[in-house]
Amino acid sequence: MTKAPVLILGARSDIGKAVAHAFAALGHPIQLAARGVDNLETDRADIAVRHNVEVTLHAFDALDTGSHAAFVDGLPALPETAICAVGLMGEQADNERDLEMAAQVMRSNYEGPASILSVLANRFEDRGHGALVGISSVAGLRGRATNYVYGSAKAGFTAFLSGLRNRLAKKGVHVVTVLPGFVATQMTEGMDLPEKLTAAPAEVGDAIVAAVTKKRNVVYVRRIWQLIMGIICNIPEPVFKKLKL
Amino acid sequence: MKLSGWGRYPVMEARVHAPRSIEALRDAVRTAPAMIARGNGRAYGDSAICSAATLETRHLNRMLAFDPETGQLIAEPGVLLGDIIDAFLPRGWFPWVTPGTKFVSLGGAIAADVHGKNHHKEGSFRSCVDWIEVMDATGAITCCSPTDNQLLFEHTLGGMGLTGVITAAAIRLRPVKTAWIRQTTHPAPNLKAAMDVFEAHQDATYSVAWIDCLAKGDDLGRSLVMLGEHAELGDLPGDRRQSPFATPKKNKRKVPFDVPTFTLNPLTVRAFNRLYYWAGARKTGLQVVDWDTYFYPLDAILEWNRIYGRNGFAQFQCVLPLEASEAGLSALLDAISTAGAGSFLAVLKRFGAQDSVFSFPMEGYTLALDFPVHAKTLRLLSELDRITLDHGGRFYLAKDSRMSAATFAASDDRIDAFRAVRSDQNWQDKFTSAQSERLTP
Repeated sequence: MTKAPVLILGARSDIGKAVAHAFAALGHPIQLAARGVDNLETDRADIAVRHNVEVTLHAFDALDTGSHAAFVDGLPALPETAICAVGLMGEQADNERDLEMAAQVMRSNYEGPASILSVLANRFEDRGHGALVGISSVAGLRGRATNYVYGSAKAGFTAFLSGLRNRLAKKGVHVVTVLPGFVATQMTEGMDLPEKLTAAPAEVGDAIVAAVTKKRNVVYVRRIWQLIMGIICNIPEPVFKKLKL
Repeated sequence: MKLSGWGRYPVMEARVHAPRSIEALRDAVRTAPAMIARGNGRAYGDSAICSAATLETRHLNRMLAFDPETGQLIAEPGVLLGDIIDAFLPRGWFPWVTPGTKFVSLGGAIAADVHGKNHHKEGSFRSCVDWIEVMDATGAITCCSPTDNQLLFEHTLGGMGLTGVITAAAIRLRPVKTAWIRQTTHPAPNLKAAMDVFEAHQDATYSVAWIDCLAKGDDLGRSLVMLGEHAELGDLPGDRRQSPFATPKKNKRKVPFDVPTFTLNPLTVRAFNRLYYWAGARKTGLQVVDWDTYFYPLDAILEWNRIYGRNGFAQFQCVLPLEASEAGLSALLDAISTAGAGSFLAVLKRFGAQDSVFSFPMEGYTLALDFPVHAKTLRLLSELDRITLDHGGRFYLAKDSRMSAATFAASDDRIDAFRAVRSDQNWQDKFTSAQSERLTP
């Protein structure tokens, strides 16, 4: 039995690669999409050799929103599941002073992902089935001094995914919002992250496969993050504004 | 950061880098004043630690190509044997040679030229290596094989990372019909009987003995010799023949904390060993067991190294030439049982002939056991070193964490030649480990 293809947007990221492996392990053909996709040849080979599935590479620029419809047309097949792992954190200090940089972060985490998921959502809706997965962030649940530029863009993306899920719920298309918490990736390398709160990319991959299979709506990779964010979101603003978080 | 091997002794401060691409690896190799590559850290001692720069290959873990006609797999060095099994056993392939853990990296298996239960018949890991690529101190990569750039190939197999950094390797996998092993257990009441079982079953694909290193007198060397063959389809019960590569999912257990050292004493170890022998002796005859249970019993208990407490443990593994094996093993076991310092699992194995520049195995018998690290066991280990030297034996560098430079020099007449090549090729200026420093006089 041939399985339905899975599209990974932002396939150069560690989470993108981990999700690709998790779906390939179940026998799904994989479409890897990213900027500078030629650099992914080794990873393409790895997924294909390990899991004995077909893996294709596709040039994709999340910020070039005008190209998104043509990008989807150019895929070998309309995927059954699409995962958006596009994102850019930057340094908060740079994001505060350099407004170009801040705009880049906002566009990479919100505008670009929302644009490509809109194109895919319309195609999936016409077809009547499919799953869309957006990797957002717990940072979007409440703005904090240490990363609110990134966080605000993720907040927008989270709201977008929520609305998209609401719109498509009766159309056979499922939308998953992933709020991973800390993940040990290239993006966080060198940061001093607490071990118990930090997931390996493979855990995120497995959690996404489970979420798609079981049609979950909002998933935290490590449960503890639900508790932590519950507390953070409930701190009264007069107190919160004075905290260092 | 603090770094140690699987034995958690010694612990050393080292700069650690984990490059994500060959280009990043090249930059790290060029800029480091001295360095050693590190795979999954399963060497027991300080083989894969260099304080100036330890380069981890865990991100260089991609499989590059597989040829289903020949079973040849090309992969980066950080791929683990367990990854290879996960990917290829369902398609009917298994590693030709595997050590007692599947958590070793491909690069580490090549650098230590590891052996498995089939050494007497099929040799060490090098038997399945078609070619390797090695990065030198300038960042240039050379492909070498038994026929091309032989010098580099011969010295890298068993060279403990001292010839450069392995960046890719082509190995051959073994076609298998099932994921199961036909195992027969032969109880042997003493050392001579155990050796007789090995000698009588030279044609068995796999053979290994668990040895009770605390048994004394007439029971000295009491063992369970376990032989194994890859099971054919017809060996499986009917309901398993439908999916011969499916094996029951096991619960992974994990040692959750450092076990206090007082729990590990001669009484508990003696009781464990006695029970293990009698339980095993009752299960003689043919059993069909899954690959994971057969090859990797300890992998089922994650972080089992914590059982020896926070001081860590030292593993001792030597090989004795065939003609001196019986006398040498008797003397070693005598010293161990007299000291009353045994380990839960001591392993005896017959090696076949091995012709290589610096690999550990030689035709004869190898004995492996571990001890919690404290003053008394370190004294015993020095005595075991001496007995091994007296009988013409040598030591496994992947297990060593504490041998002296003098002992090492006396153990192996190939060392001077290895050092000379290392110096000729300018390998020694860049590629050094805490172990190579310790063992250099």
